[in-house]
Amino acid sequence: MTNLGAENELEIIRRILAGEKQLFHELIRPCERPVYFMLMGILKNETEAEDAAQDTFIKAYRNLHLFRGDAQFRTWVVSIARNEALGRLRKLDSRREDSLDPGSYTGSDEPAGDFTPAILTSWREIPVETVVREELAVLLREAIAELPEIYRNVVLLRDIEEMDIRQTAAALDITEGAVKVRLHRARALLQKSLAPKLKGFAPQRRVWFGRRT
Amino acid sequence: MRIDCKHVWEHISAYIDGEVDPSLRAEIDRHLETCEICSAVLDSTRNVVVLIADERVFELPAGMSERLHKRLDEEMNTEPPNPDHSTS
Repeated sequence: MTNLGAENELEIIRRILAGEKQLFHELIRPCERPVYFMLMGILKNETEAEDAAQDTFIKAYRNLHLFRGDAQFRTWVVSIARNEALGRLRKLDSRREDSLDPGSYTGSDEPAGDFTPAILTSWREIPVETVVREELAVLLREAIAELPEIYRNVVLLRDIEEMDIRQTAAALDITEGAVKVRLHRARALLQKSLAPKLKGFAPQRRVWFGRRT
Repeated sequence: MRIDCKHVWEHISAYIDGEVDPSLRAEIDRHLETCEICSAVLDSTRNVVVLIADERVFELPAGMSERLHKRLDEEMNTEPPNPDHSTS
């Protein structure tokens, strides 16, 4: 996935504001996925999410002169998307506001749920090529869709879009500590729901992957 | 003091991200050497993380990007990016 360097990003933004408008198309390409999946996760409707994505990028374009460069451009756009989604949701269904309020997070309001992992001693690594199997992709998407909102957003940005902890915290307007706690719980929930189902995809031999740290 | 399985599970996410301090990491590694259950939990959690990062699991709807850029072109043709500062 292409990601413009921070200096490049600021230079491109400067040029767009100076009149090279077409460069905006290139600027937003790395943002399309995180924006869409953030919107989809909250709005749960493809048409609505696509419409909200268009509005998000138009808002980003109109307000580009307000971008200060103290965060990555992608982080800034994702936070616009999140606000766009929450605004739409409030219009659609005010009853859901409570569960979506990220500002009140303190760490103590987390459900004291059972995070005991699924124990499967025979379960081993899965070769990445099996992911092309739509069946597996469906399982993964379903498990993520079933996560509580606050956990899903963190997984989307951190594990799916591979934003770092600082960027994820900035995009969701929560603390870095909250990102870590939610990510841990989200992964534990995913392991618990997915490990038994993924067992059928396990290969004969063990394969290791590299993983960013 | 030896750490127990529950303690290991609490740190699995940070362990995967390389964010536990070296002494705790060493404790966890020692535990993993002898605990097949925790090794399997670690393997499966790490795999979930690797699998969901695959771009093919989450794909944008067909044509979405084209429609977005078309709409942006329409916007750009009518609006400068910085309407308040267009004279600068």
